[in-house]
Amino acid sequence: MENALSIFVRSIFVDNMIFAYFLGMCSYLAVSKNVKTSFGLGVAVTFVLLITLPVNYLLERYVLSAGALSWLGEGFANLDLSYLSFILFIAVIAAITQLVEMVVEKFTPSLYNSLGIFLPLIAVNCAIMGGALFMQQRLGLEASDPKALKSIGDVVAYALGSGVGWILAIVGLAAIREKLEYSNVPAPLRGLGITFITVGLMAMAFLCFSGLKI
Amino acid sequence: MKMNEELKNTLLGPLSKNNPISVQVLGICSALAVTVEMKPALVMGVSVMIIVALSNVVISLIRNTIPNSVRIIVQLVVVAALVTVVSEFLKAFAFDVSVQLSVYIGLIITNCILMGRLEAFAMANKPWASFLDGLGNGLGYAIILVVTAFFRELFGSGSLLGYRIVPQSWYEAGYVDNGLMMLPSMALILLACIIWVHRAVDKELQEK
Repeated sequence: MENALSIFVRSIFVDNMIFAYFLGMCSYLAVSKNVKTSFGLGVAVTFVLLITLPVNYLLERYVLSAGALSWLGEGFANLDLSYLSFILFIAVIAAITQLVEMVVEKFTPSLYNSLGIFLPLIAVNCAIMGGALFMQQRLGLEASDPKALKSIGDVVAYALGSGVGWILAIVGLAAIREKLEYSNVPAPLRGLGITFITVGLMAMAFLCFSGLKI
Repeated sequence: MKMNEELKNTLLGPLSKNNPISVQVLGICSALAVTVEMKPALVMGVSVMIIVALSNVVISLIRNTIPNSVRIIVQLVVVAALVTVVSEFLKAFAFDVSVQLSVYIGLIITNCILMGRLEAFAMANKPWASFLDGLGNGLGYAIILVVTAFFRELFGSGSLLGYRIVPQSWYEAGYVDNGLMMLPSMALILLACIIWVHRAVDKELQEK
């Protein structure tokens, strides 16, 4: 439980997906023009992370990693299917986003109206795939490492923390960009250039959290 | 003759006028994360180039048989298979670089350049044109990566491709490497500078 809490806080501030690893940068830059839509995308990303990461964790634990198939019997104990992980992870992510889209559309039309346009985009958002790959990497770390994930609880905490960190980053940038509309930026820097500089400065600000310990 | 002109544009357009990173804003994640040194940046650039070109060809060959509703999944599976091959290849022949690139090789799957090119070009064009388009976009991506990595490695650790450039005597005289260059935030600001220069030279690209 303590570990889960520490992972939750770390993944919001220290290992922030945007500022430390640049995950999901494309949609981050494309959708951060106003606060309302960017919050919608942030919630959708968190939602999908929360569903796909635990599923991919089970897949990694009981199918993909070395010796994971031993529950099938003696003969399977030596199999190592980790080279299949890219294909299986992305298939799971694409299938689940499709499924989530259909379920949300059927049962909560109001949520669908606000998230709807973003859900199909999320299948190809690097934050989701990156989350799965980082999780795979962190499962292999030694137990003393503060980044190590040990149980499914840790994985859920990691998913939630990464999602919240992503919301924080995109809402912050959107708020700044709304104000930037009215400022006098040199012509070649307008639009993309100044946005990159803003994100760079925000990333520097987030560096202060790097010593954070729970 | 006109046909050749078009093909030439498909290949060379993405290098500057239609650059995937600085103009189309695609595939930024990996561009920023792997540019601390030249070597991983070069490997990443070449890998992306190969994968975009090949997946463009494959999708273009089967474009008429893919049902529209599942096309994203088909595209993802084709790309994921190619990325797996490249990743296993790197693990076998360039292990230290593949450790440095860590998850970013796997993230080529969700690199927006791939999906963008597959959707916008390969689904509607013949294999040879798609191949050139993929090659051109891969090159445009690789150029930005190498330029960013050049500055980050030169000022951040005083070397290029692992060879020392800044002489030892400078360090003895008090020169210090700029540690800021090694941090993620500096990659963003450097990229902003590249865009700045690019758009100052080519005024058509400026946003209003």
